[in-house]
Amino acid sequence: MPLNTKNNIADADGFYANLLATHHGLSLAESHALNARLVLILANHIGDTPVLSEAMALARDGS
Amino acid sequence: MTYAYQPFDYVKPIGLTTPEPRHKVIIIGAGPIGLAMAIELANHGVQATVLDDNNVVSVGSRAICWSKRSLEILDRLGVGERAVTKGVTWKVGRTFHRDTEVFNFDLLPEDGHKMPAFVNLQQYFVEQYLAERAQELNIDLRWKNRVISVDQHSEFASITVDTPDGRYGLEADWVIACDGARSPIREMMGLEFDGELFEERFLIADIEMQGDFASERWFWFEPTFHSGQSALLHKQPDNIYRIDLQLGWGTDPEIEKRPENVIPRIEKVVGHSDFKLDWVSVYTFQCRRLRSFVYNRILFVGDSAHVVSPFGARGGNGGLGDVDALGWRLAAVIKGVATVETLQGYDRERCFGADENLLNSSRSTRFMSPADGVERLFRDAVLHLAGRTDFARPMVNSGRLSKPCVYPLDAPDADLPQAARPGAVAPDAPLETGWMTEALGGDFVLLALGCDAAEVGLRVVKPALNEAVCRRYLGDARQAIYLIRPDQVVAARWLSASAAEIQTALAQSWGS
Repeated sequence: MPLNTKNNIADADGFYANLLATHHGLSLAESHALNARLVLILANHIGDTPVLSEAMALARDGS
Repeated sequence: MTYAYQPFDYVKPIGLTTPEPRHKVIIIGAGPIGLAMAIELANHGVQATVLDDNNVVSVGSRAICWSKRSLEILDRLGVGERAVTKGVTWKVGRTFHRDTEVFNFDLLPEDGHKMPAFVNLQQYFVEQYLAERAQELNIDLRWKNRVISVDQHSEFASITVDTPDGRYGLEADWVIACDGARSPIREMMGLEFDGELFEERFLIADIEMQGDFASERWFWFEPTFHSGQSALLHKQPDNIYRIDLQLGWGTDPEIEKRPENVIPRIEKVVGHSDFKLDWVSVYTFQCRRLRSFVYNRILFVGDSAHVVSPFGARGGNGGLGDVDALGWRLAAVIKGVATVETLQGYDRERCFGADENLLNSSRSTRFMSPADGVERLFRDAVLHLAGRTDFARPMVNSGRLSKPCVYPLDAPDADLPQAARPGAVAPDAPLETGWMTEALGGDFVLLALGCDAAEVGLRVVKPALNEAVCRRYLGDARQAIYLIRPDQVVAARWLSASAAEIQTALAQSWGS
């Protein structure tokens, strides 16, 4: 299954607010660390190597 | 074309010479919400007196985006068609990052509604139309009547009013404060606003120019013409354009408002200097509300009760939602057909509506004006991805445009389309003659679809079943009964209902 880049989150605003709330009160260094952990957790959930590679390439593209 | 302000006539009030009998309702503030409130009450057979400290309509365009729901309400008040005819109808919004369009949206792709998704119309036109309508209805409008004190008693309120001819006192069973975001009544009563004040300022300007911009909403994040900030361009009637420019917190509003500072910024947006500056203001972002909108005999409606940051069109439209929820209830209390407790329904529902508006506005503000650090990191990442991927676009937040909230009603429901569930505004649909929104409202109504309604003494609307009516109200069902409130909100619905079931739901709608 290829990487899904179609909208897959029913409540985008709610997700985004939750994401910011998760970082609330952290220093920038702590936020970076949280983001790293979050990437690893979600990557494990996805599991599929081609999908993860595609996601990494998309994120890297234009950075 | 610059708006020609016509002052309303100040007339020396009777109360200056002879004490006036106690009024049923006094409305303080003749802005769009106060005037709409007075007309709504008149439609329910209650004459209100309206006091305003000024004698002209709104200076500057202020509230410009009127939602479909607001237009339906204005239609019931008798000015909806006028507003749509004059207004700029738009439904496409475009969002840019830097100078590239990242996506666009279409608000109402579906036909079969009397009113469009949104029209842009300067607040002064809406006030003018409402004031003229109020005059037609012989509503007592008192200009240059400024309230300087208010006192609450157990069964009435008394106020002192200052006029060019001196002061006088008035009493009323009910006082409705529609006196805006800086509500003097709220201040006199010592009531506090709870919520957030954001450290962000926007400059807002009306310009007149012969432009060929489309009738669309254009929003820019970090455009090259306004480095690192946000900007909005919106078309209004008479070649007036609204421009909003983010200023940041470290700016002095008085300096920013000066034409020599405003004009160069606007030149950068529109790309030339062939325009005339009509009005400029600077505002801060606030998302706050009163804890309650009902204080015994004094009621708060509109901005006096809640303020939101802009870009969601949730100020003026939110206020009309309040008018819609209060009018029928207060009229029934005054006529003695409902108890005072019914007004708790207004408080509960509109606090719910205000919270939804506050939540959406807070989120939009946070996206437009992210804090340094991780908030900005995520915001910029979303904008970066939105140009390339579908999933990031719903996360881009340049304002979530006003939609009526769905009140959480504990009411009979059936397996029928979601959009017409209890608590939602009854969806519009074309009928054989006219529209569903014209057939419903004003009083409690039974909508009988594909069957007859039990006789309970309510008006029954039984339209022919066309495609739009079936799709919006029946889905896969062959018949249904809807109980619709005077504010056109669905109170309850069944596939079939006995008279007793309808009576129970009706009693529940009054909050008794």
